[in-house]
Amino acid sequence: MDAATKSKSTNVHSSFRYDLMAFLGHDYVQPAGPADAVAGVEPKVIVSPANEMQLAEVLRRSDEAGIAVIPRGGGTKLGWGNPPSRAELILSTARLSEITEHAWADLTVSVDAGCTIQKLQQTLALHGQRLALDPLWPNKATIGGVLSSNDSGALRLRFGGLRDLIIGITLALPDGTLASSGGRVVKNVAGYDLPKLATGAFGTLGVITRAVFRLHPLPRSSRSFSVTATSNEEMRRLIHAVQNSKLAHTALQARFENGATPAVDILFEGTEAGLKAQETHLRVLAETAPVAEASPEIWKTRQDLWSFPKPESAAVAKISFLPAEIDRFMETIAKSAKVRQLRWKAVAQATGIGCLRLEGDAMKLRDSLQDLREQFERSTGSLVALYQPAGMPSIDTWGNTGDALPLMKSIKQQLDPKNTLSPGRFIGGI
Amino acid sequence: MEARTLDELRAIVDGRGLITSPEELHTYECDGLTNFRVMPRAVLLPTSTGQVQAIVRICHHEKIPFVARGSGTGLSGGALPVENGIVISLARMNRILEVDFPNARAVVEPGVINLDVTARILHNEYFYAPDPSSQSICSIGGNVAENSGGAHCLKYGFTTTHVLGLEVVLPDGTLVHFGGKALDTPGYDLAGVFVGSEGTLGIATKITLRIVKRPECVRTLLAAFPSTNEAGAAVSGIIAAGMLPAAIEMMDNLAIQAAEAAVHANYPNCGGLLLVELDGPLAEVECLMTDVNEICRSNGASEIRQAQSDAERALVWKGRKAAFAAMGRISPNYIVQDGVIPRTALPKVMNEIVRLSTEAGLRVANVFHAGDGNLHPLVLYDRRITGQEEAAEALSSNILELCIAAGGSITGEHGVGEDKKKMMSKMFAEPDLMTMQRVRNAFDPFQLSNPTKIFPTPRLCGEKPGEYTPHPSESAGLAERF
Repeated sequence: MDAATKSKSTNVHSSFRYDLMAFLGHDYVQPAGPADAVAGVEPKVIVSPANEMQLAEVLRRSDEAGIAVIPRGGGTKLGWGNPPSRAELILSTARLSEITEHAWADLTVSVDAGCTIQKLQQTLALHGQRLALDPLWPNKATIGGVLSSNDSGALRLRFGGLRDLIIGITLALPDGTLASSGGRVVKNVAGYDLPKLATGAFGTLGVITRAVFRLHPLPRSSRSFSVTATSNEEMRRLIHAVQNSKLAHTALQARFENGATPAVDILFEGTEAGLKAQETHLRVLAETAPVAEASPEIWKTRQDLWSFPKPESAAVAKISFLPAEIDRFMETIAKSAKVRQLRWKAVAQATGIGCLRLEGDAMKLRDSLQDLREQFERSTGSLVALYQPAGMPSIDTWGNTGDALPLMKSIKQQLDPKNTLSPGRFIGGI
Repeated sequence: MEARTLDELRAIVDGRGLITSPEELHTYECDGLTNFRVMPRAVLLPTSTGQVQAIVRICHHEKIPFVARGSGTGLSGGALPVENGIVISLARMNRILEVDFPNARAVVEPGVINLDVTARILHNEYFYAPDPSSQSICSIGGNVAENSGGAHCLKYGFTTTHVLGLEVVLPDGTLVHFGGKALDTPGYDLAGVFVGSEGTLGIATKITLRIVKRPECVRTLLAAFPSTNEAGAAVSGIIAAGMLPAAIEMMDNLAIQAAEAAVHANYPNCGGLLLVELDGPLAEVECLMTDVNEICRSNGASEIRQAQSDAERALVWKGRKAAFAAMGRISPNYIVQDGVIPRTALPKVMNEIVRLSTEAGLRVANVFHAGDGNLHPLVLYDRRITGQEEAAEALSSNILELCIAAGGSITGEHGVGEDKKKMMSKMFAEPDLMTMQRVRNAFDPFQLSNPTKIFPTPRLCGEKPGEYTPHPSESAGLAERF
């Protein structure tokens, strides 16, 4: 960029900023700092509209001025995804944090995008209900961020992922349109299912301003059990036995760590009588493997993988695989880590989604991530490199684009023709 | 369409796969909603993905609109042909390609009949969960287009929950793959957008389904209440007690009478009948069934019965599932409506339906999926009486407006299709519809794939909401629909 263009661009910025201040108030247009960097790219300004109308207008003005916008909720997962090709304005949903309507008797809730998961769950619990989802960092993570990153945990086995829980959405598009799709009722087939399109889209199609979810009752009682397996083979047998049984477990995860024997955790929810019967059934299925009652804390294993002492020598990936081949996939990881002298730890859900942490030399981390991605993709799975250490030459976050990439680009083109939203963060350069 | 184009199409599917004679084309001029009829120019019956692609490429090149069709059981005119267009029937692509029990997946072609999936996996104690009442005749491809539900979707979810991957021929003939056997394929959730798009985004040629282990036990209870208000209060009680039954169905007195006349389900004669089904581990279900009993009793149930055998359970369901077709026993003509309300609005909406029905001087029978607020009011009339048909159509539309006003939806499972296009702008604002259109443009810029459906256009002469006509196999007692 030559000096003239640069100064021109700065001018655009200052007048643009001034206009936004006049529109929203000075306090809500703040300069960005290094802590606001998006995957290493530092934006210039943080804008916090008070409502979705303001948000849509800020987005429209940015689009018109050719300013790249990164939507931000709690900022807990802002490092996920490829570094943006441009990032000038952070559009914060912090002030959109209301729970608009908890229609508890209808088991639905309408909630603003900036509301945290924790605040939502606390409100729902007043009526004995929950959003049946266990995403990462619920105290900070917001509805909009969790939806955009499609973050789900162990409860997905029973209740499905976000795509199965969301029933309505409102999106702000770069041209200033506020568009709603879905509705406030659980059963509804009128029009296209745009809630699903926005889920997992990483803020590249529109900014989520509101969502409606179906809810589930909080369980009357719940109990967790852990079974220690002596080998991956025994672990696979046990998981298959439970999955193929008539147990109505809510969650099932397997925990792995290099050098340790795998453990399988099972969560039951329901009536006391039901839990008792299921425990007995589980003990029969486990055969000789020891079954112990476990603390509910084991369900935080996935989040614990994100606490590591040396951020410069760790990588974290989301993996997806065919659930029945869990042992083979874990052996693949063990082998790939071993030859590169990497330490590893993983938690894998019975749904076939897992989280893997590798630790060691940065170059070897890169090697292993690429090697594993290739092997997972060959078996219809995937590896998404969510966290890569700063010292490692980065790899694409997403991997294989599949044959639908041109169609995805065409959807992006339709909704965000000027590539204003989160440019370059998503799959295939979207 | 030029003769040359027809020859090209014939060359793709061989003689058996092309229908052009007017007598044979009649079969395809409508779907389950028979008041809309359009004669297609030709019907093609491909047997492979390659053939579908070849046909669609010609359509794209010649700008010929096409409509994909499964079994033709839809109730919103979704498979209604387009003037001067062709119909692509997927009926001959009916193979179950793979059953993968360890991963609980099945891969099928679009023409596979819904119930045949379950039939294939039952021996291993698995089933395919979405159960539209037409499941013995409707196809998986049609289910994908309509995002079909069924009585048990309260607990198990709709078709979209159970479709993990799709092979799709886009409207320009390109073959693409969405999702797959493993979850969360990186990229946009295009399978999520495609399911329920009513054939407007392309043609699914292969579908990867999730299959589900059968529960340890199933218990079905019938409870008779003085009116639907008390029955509705019991449903609220069940939900408030933190239960998620597999199904909760409700029928009013007129619907009960019709079902009794048709299949002798041995229902109690009452003002509001509730059918509650629980499934899961035996100890759990028995404990909860005691609670359901108590809730029904405390809300004024005069009679509570539990089906004592599989045969009894099947009979209970037969009565419920035959309710639509059964209306023919008590009325010469009727319109089936499909609306959704927040469940708690039920008493208010019911009172309004009674008021509207009295004003119009027409009877309305009510069948509900009470757990999720999906109403199926059946407006009864006699075409031979001057003015009744128009009055019935107006009443049916007014009921739908009640649903929108209550914060609900114009369709819970039948789809928008041709039938409810005009209602879309009452439920959605212009920017909402425009955004959907933009998504459609990404898939189908030339608007060739089922182009006239879902989105509102100025109303045409002769367009009117539709009377229910039983499917031939329904009349023969071979199948039922909701």
